[in-house]
Amino acid sequence: MSVPLSQRGESEAPRLRLRAERIGLALTGSVLVCFLLLPVVALVSGESIDDLRAGLSHPLVWPALRLSLLTTSLSLFFTLLFGAPLAWTLARSRSRVARAAEAAVQLPVVIPPAVAGLALLLAFGRHGLLGGHSLAFTVAAVVVAEIFVSAPFFVKAATSAFRRVDARYVDVARTLGASPVRVFLRVGVPLALPGIVSGAAMSWARALGEFGATLMFAGNLPGRTQTVPLAIYAAFEVDLTAARALAVVLVAVAFVALVVMRAAWSRSAGEAP
Amino acid sequence: MSLVARIAAHAGELLLDVEIDAGDGTLVLMGANGAGKSTLLSILAGLRPADRGFIEVGGRVLFDSERGIDVPPEARRIGWVPQDLALFPHLSVAANVAFGAGRESALSVLRDLGLEPLADRRPGSLSGGEKQRVALARALASRPRALLLDEPLSALDVQARSEVRALLAETLRRLAIPAVMVTHDPEDARFLGDRIAVMEAGRIVRTDVQTIGATGT
Repeated sequence: MSVPLSQRGESEAPRLRLRAERIGLALTGSVLVCFLLLPVVALVSGESIDDLRAGLSHPLVWPALRLSLLTTSLSLFFTLLFGAPLAWTLARSRSRVARAAEAAVQLPVVIPPAVAGLALLLAFGRHGLLGGHSLAFTVAAVVVAEIFVSAPFFVKAATSAFRRVDARYVDVARTLGASPVRVFLRVGVPLALPGIVSGAAMSWARALGEFGATLMFAGNLPGRTQTVPLAIYAAFEVDLTAARALAVVLVAVAFVALVVMRAAWSRSAGEAP
Repeated sequence: MSLVARIAAHAGELLLDVEIDAGDGTLVLMGANGAGKSTLLSILAGLRPADRGFIEVGGRVLFDSERGIDVPPEARRIGWVPQDLALFPHLSVAANVAFGAGRESALSVLRDLGLEPLADRRPGSLSGGEKQRVALARALASRPRALLLDEPLSALDVQARSEVRALLAETLRRLAIPAVMVTHDPEDARFLGDRIAVMEAGRIVRTDVQTIGATGT
């Protein structure tokens, strides 16, 4: 659009101001980006391959990595096994009980890790609510703590993914005689898959980083309940190279989880009906 | 086979109060948007609740408010083809058609509707007319006792429309099961309907029985 010469001077000033404000907002926001990236850069930069190799040869490292891999796999398995049916039910139900359950399931997200550890001890410990056998200070306790803190992330992501599944598909499947379990497995899960994968990755990353609740409920026993975050904490006092090497491995793994999550999200956004 | 129903239901603002009898042929429902045609189909399929009345297909009672009978949609054996078709996007044409049916039944319906060449394709890659045929095949493969079609031809271009219409007429005549079809097009209604009912604000205001059916019988 051409503007008469006489008006150009007038419209130029506000335009410049608008532009300056936009740049100002972006610059203010970029402070946070720098702040968030700085520690990661500090961790990774200057870490040579030799340092990494030396660090990873520390005796704490491999048992911790193995245990973390085992426990997070198990916690993810149980989270999916119980979380997916829960998320499907929450997404499809309009009852008040479902709304209350949906809110309650998110409680562990806001509970401080130390409180979670104490609560888990009181529920599953020697004199726990469930009584009898104590889970505390076992591998099972590590898994329980990881499920407790990570499952809410999966349930939330999966519930919103299931909500985006068009009810028409479910209706058609029902008129074709499909049972509720069949509708869930053949229609719900495949159509919500990107969201489910993304939620699983997020939940798994959270379980991998679990520290506080594990420390209180499962302890910090090398080779038995010492996961990677706990090993980092233990090594931190005696061998900084080992702590740093483990930290770099965790960051790398977390980065992969993030990539998976973003890829799944962009797929689900692209496929939205 | 026959389909008779009397239904009173409320859906939002709309109060539905209708009596329909498709006999063993095709009842066409016409009327403006919001008259309650699609709602009526959903109630017949069991996907929406009705307040009072009854639904009977081939002598089997599917709903009777007085006797407390309400057969769930999974067990009604009523084929429902919604206006947007809702073909499962993650399944091939063959898997869509076989979803509610055995392999044998699915294969024979695929053959009957000339869909065999498309069996391995995904719905997203099909033309409008092809999609419509797949949706029809999926509904028929489970051997329904009645068929509900919500504007089956509205999304098609002229060419596909006449093809699918002919196929639909042929199929409905061959199966001899009652069908209820919603349409806005008077020509479709004349061509496919044995009876035509006009709905207005939740009620049927006129019913015509066509002496010479579209099926030529």
